[in-house]
Amino acid sequence: MDLGPHATFIIASYAIFTLVLASLTAWLMYDGARQKRLLEGLQAKGARRRPRSGETESTQ
Amino acid sequence: MQTQSITQKLANPTRFMALSGTLLPWLAGIAVVLIVYGLYRGWTAPPDYQQGETIRIMYIHVPSAWLGMMGYALIALSSFGLLVFRHPLADVSAKAAAPIGAAFTLLALITGSLWGKPMWGTYWVWDARLTSVLLLFFLYLGLISLRTSIEEEALASKLTAVLALVGVVILPFIKISVEGLSIPWLGLEIPAWNTLHQPSSVFRADGPKIHSSQLYPLLYSALGFTFLFFALHMKGMRNEILRRRVKALRIAEVDLARAKEAVAAAE
Repeated sequence: MDLGPHATFIIASYAIFTLVLASLTAWLMYDGARQKRLLEGLQAKGARRRPRSGETESTQ
Repeated sequence: MQTQSITQKLANPTRFMALSGTLLPWLAGIAVVLIVYGLYRGWTAPPDYQQGETIRIMYIHVPSAWLGMMGYALIALSSFGLLVFRHPLADVSAKAAAPIGAAFTLLALITGSLWGKPMWGTYWVWDARLTSVLLLFFLYLGLISLRTSIEEEALASKLTAVLALVGVVILPFIKISVEGLSIPWLGLEIPAWNTLHQPSSVFRADGPKIHSSQLYPLLYSALGFTFLFFALHMKGMRNEILRRRVKALRIAEVDLARAKEAVAAAE
């Protein structure tokens, strides 16, 4: 496919776009795996959270 | 109340983790299919009669710009949910959306710059549209920096939410910067600024001003990247919930160790 005289600009746009989105996705996947490993490690050690009064579930 | 109980049900992080775990692969799958289809149609469409082959940049630049703004709107909405309704997932949503919105805004700036050089003869001009999008990017960086600079989670959440709501004024400014604003019945007339950037070709009162061979690939591509945004956002929210659970367990461990030490010291 002939992209004409401005091929460099088009290819650079797509290359940077792919690089940034791939890096973001990879970082989110890595972060998710890391948090899951840490949580499983703590639970395996028997760590338990004390629920606050009147609380059943929370993000904290 | 019935409404409250539905809201509470949706606000439950455990339920969110279960629901998002099922939805996430579907969101990601639909995103990939739509992006591949949209870009394939975009790259096989005839070149633009004025812009030639550089029109291919539009299929990633325009969705990036839309999603950069949508990301900020999502943060502002989540911040409102946190400050007004104290929704437990609102802060998680705002925090997760910031790096994703920042990435899409950065991509809009970079791809726009690379499109501008062959079309305008320059990578950058300090006009209203480009400068306001750059300000949006700095706002994202400000939100991320503010949150990471405050150790206490609850305080960081509230301050970031206030900044996000104050900064939301940038969104209409970005839109008005190129097209101006006219509301005759209010007597409001804001002229468009002088800019190299073209006005919107898709969302217009008089219909799209773009040929269907370019419009449909653009819409498929934009829809695909929107699905990708929400897939990444959902993943970011899941990560944040796990991070907060890890933090809570670590705090509980330290508390337990201190309690044991206190009992041992008393004996």
